[in-house]
Amino acid sequence: MMLQAASDPLLKVENLVVEYSVGGKTIHAVSDVSLDIARGETLGLVGESGCGKSTLGRAVLQLRQAVSGKVLFDGHDLTALRGETLRQMRRRAQLIFQDPIASLNPRRRIGDIVAEPLVIAGVRDPEERRRRVNEVLSAVGLDPALVSGRLPHEFSGGQCQRICIARALVLNPEFVICDEPVSALDVSIRAQILNLLEEMKARYGLTLLFIAHDLAVVKAVSDRVAVMYLGRLCEVGPSEQLFARPAHPYTALLIEAIPVPDPDVRPTQSVPVGEPPSPIAPPSGCRFRTRCPRADARCAAEVPELRLVAPGQLAACHHSLI
Amino acid sequence: MSGAALLSVENAVVDLPTPRGNLRAVDHVDLAVGAGKTLGIVGESGCGKTMLSRAILQLLPKKAKLSGRVMFDGQDLPALPAEKLRRLRGRSLAVVFQDPMTSLNPVLTIGTQLTETMQEHLELDLGKARQRAIELLAAVGIPAPEQRLSQYPHQLSGGMRQRVAIAVALSCEPKLLIADEPTTALDVTIQAQILDLLAREQQRRHMAMIIITHDLGVVAGRTDEVAVMYAGRVVERAPTPSLFKQMRMPYTEALLAALPKLDAAPHTPLPAISGRPPDPTRPLKGCSFSPRCRYSAGRCGTEKPHLSAAEAPDHLYACFHPITAGADA
Amino acid sequence: MATLELSLDETATAPPKRGRRLGTLFWVAIGWMLLVFAVAICADLLPLPSPTDMDMLERRAPFSAEHWLGTDGLGRDELSRLIYGARISLIVGLCAPVIGLVFGGALGMLAGYFRGRFESIVVGSMDVLLAFPPLILALAVTAYLGQSIFNLTCILGVLGIPAFMRVARAATLSLARREFVIAAQALGATHARILLRELLPNVLLPLLAFFLLAVAVTIVVEGALSFLGLGVPPPISSWGSMIGEGRESLDVAPRLAFLPAIAMFLTVLSFNLIGDTMRALTDPRQGAL
Repeated sequence: MMLQAASDPLLKVENLVVEYSVGGKTIHAVSDVSLDIARGETLGLVGESGCGKSTLGRAVLQLRQAVSGKVLFDGHDLTALRGETLRQMRRRAQLIFQDPIASLNPRRRIGDIVAEPLVIAGVRDPEERRRRVNEVLSAVGLDPALVSGRLPHEFSGGQCQRICIARALVLNPEFVICDEPVSALDVSIRAQILNLLEEMKARYGLTLLFIAHDLAVVKAVSDRVAVMYLGRLCEVGPSEQLFARPAHPYTALLIEAIPVPDPDVRPTQSVPVGEPPSPIAPPSGCRFRTRCPRADARCAAEVPELRLVAPGQLAACHHSLI
Repeated sequence: MSGAALLSVENAVVDLPTPRGNLRAVDHVDLAVGAGKTLGIVGESGCGKTMLSRAILQLLPKKAKLSGRVMFDGQDLPALPAEKLRRLRGRSLAVVFQDPMTSLNPVLTIGTQLTETMQEHLELDLGKARQRAIELLAAVGIPAPEQRLSQYPHQLSGGMRQRVAIAVALSCEPKLLIADEPTTALDVTIQAQILDLLAREQQRRHMAMIIITHDLGVVAGRTDEVAVMYAGRVVERAPTPSLFKQMRMPYTEALLAALPKLDAAPHTPLPAISGRPPDPTRPLKGCSFSPRCRYSAGRCGTEKPHLSAAEAPDHLYACFHPITAGADA
Repeated sequence: MATLELSLDETATAPPKRGRRLGTLFWVAIGWMLLVFAVAICADLLPLPSPTDMDMLERRAPFSAEHWLGTDGLGRDELSRLIYGARISLIVGLCAPVIGLVFGGALGMLAGYFRGRFESIVVGSMDVLLAFPPLILALAVTAYLGQSIFNLTCILGVLGIPAFMRVARAATLSLARREFVIAAQALGATHARILLRELLPNVLLPLLAFFLLAVAVTIVVEGALSFLGLGVPPPISSWGSMIGEGRESLDVAPRLAFLPAIAMFLTVLSFNLIGDTMRALTDPRQGAL
């Protein structure tokens, strides 16, 4: 599970490139990203907003067209599938979004929303559908009898996220992409949802891609963590190892920037200023070089490749910290 | 808080009429901030922290009713005439909001927005105001400030916009700056920069500051005093070091425990707070945290605890069963 | 340790009752609409004199027991003409927007959902249609196909398509980006299913609100066309043609122009009032705080 080349990856992304144009300008959202996720593993994907992590998640599910590259799900290349076969495959992978309220149709009742995947998948028997909906609603901690007949706006953000999780799980998928599932929630609710996701993962035997910008949240749930910056992967590694000894200067910067709830830890003033450049015209070579304290001429000229810096840990940096 | 406080809020109550009944957004809150000090107000969404800041600024919704006193610099704000209040808000009382995109006017250049306030409140001529605007932009860490003056807010990134919003807030040398979730819309690396900037400018200008946030991590290293709010009330208030050293209120403790820790091993279950905050239109008879509290017993459900000090005179909490020193957390 | 969240305090947060106060104005508007619809539908059953029977001896007769609202310039019963006129105004006013609603709504949803070249073609052709002067089109069609209620309804209906298209497209554009639509795509739902189950219920409401507005506008436009003599062929009465005919005797009997004008004014106002109230009522987020 720790090794990059896991013997039996459920998902394998190879040299994925996603670009799209906004107002005539091309946005390089995902540039040449490769990663594996082993069966039963949780891979955390972190990065700042606009780094392409959500686009990567959607491109994996073919909700965004990739320019080039492959997405192998259980051996099948999803980028080559179309129509009905693609729809069949999609049922094995599900998505949970950041804004739980926006991801529920405001005009449909909770029972119908959670049953919808079953209807699409062709489960005809209404009794069977009701049984499975009730089962999954109870599993996420909601009372089916109280919830089913209501509309989404009658629920709080945390409850809506439970409903979204129920909808994602009702078809027994193998793979779930969680796209910032807790960043819209309050601290006290956040912990509930994170615990629920862990519990569901164990109960349904899920493989997770957990996308978030909060490193502490990602660390709490992930086996391995991938760090993304401006469309490229900077570093991938087992989470404890990566947090203890980051190899890429960007990972180190992210860890340093987290506010620690302890007044004795005075915030360090060493965080370099500057902001991420635009993904319309990313810097040449290493994309992080404009904010990196270690950057030199080589970083501008040559794109660093991901290379092994420690067992299971890869970093794309010419001057890695280890 | 020794001496006369710059801002003191006494027994403030904010009521909002809603279709579902009266909503008590702020419930008998007392606060004080001394000159040059920083107060952190921490709470989850809906706990009334934003309404409290609006009450201080006298910017409550039309339908809201405020009772209690808000004393600022020796003046009772709710009693001030509108014109005086307006002058005060621009000059001595400044705000930075969560979303810089909505707090800056999208059709005016950054230069105009900065110089207008200064011309109005400091009565500077245009040349002087421009000069000061450039200095301010440089002070908040914006590169090439002269060129930025002619740019519009949408041409800047989120972090840069928040810097501009801070520059606008600082432009008239306010005595008190209220920062309402100033970094929630920003990325972690930018958040650290903005918090550093606020702390630096505060020290340099000897200005008082209130940071409103939902993140205990944000207030930990950057405030002198912290007030924790829950369901419209301040439930614990103490100098920052003693609060973090010895939390007395179970809610504060639970809030801190629910944060994922960087030094914990992956897949460690988080001690979540079960349930959710009470409906603010249906106030509970007893302590509003009691249905979610693991120490809840006896009179917690029937009687409201008062915010009071026990051992240390400046550590106030509202709890019948406070966490005592030595008890395992 | 997934915490059970619901069930305990759920009764406390039961949804607020739907029984909002609707206001007297709304009920007055409903009452007026019911009256207009009832008399228009039952016009043939009512003990009314024929709206086309002329009585040259009783031209511009004042209110009387025989002619409650008097007679017009050709001695025809004014009340009877008003009621039969309501029929025409309502038929045209309701049928023409239905054409716009069905075609414009469908085109707008498809354009907003699929985007791309299809959208450009739809928007472009609608712009052409909008740029065409409506009066000239009405003139051309009536000159070519003849004056009839059917032709009039079709012209007004086609002219309404671009506006409905725009409303539907704008609503679809903002909805199609919402996560619940992406969630349905991720579930493997077909385009037809997403359009019908996820988008249509949400687009329908702004469309229906616009429909009521369009009914009001169409009644006025039909009136204007009839006033100009491009609407229903005489001797059929519509409110617009009655105002047109009444114009000739404004100085002698101003009521002949004002009575149909008042009827039209009240009906249009009622449609607008009801439309606004319905929209406020059916918004699912209204109840939540």
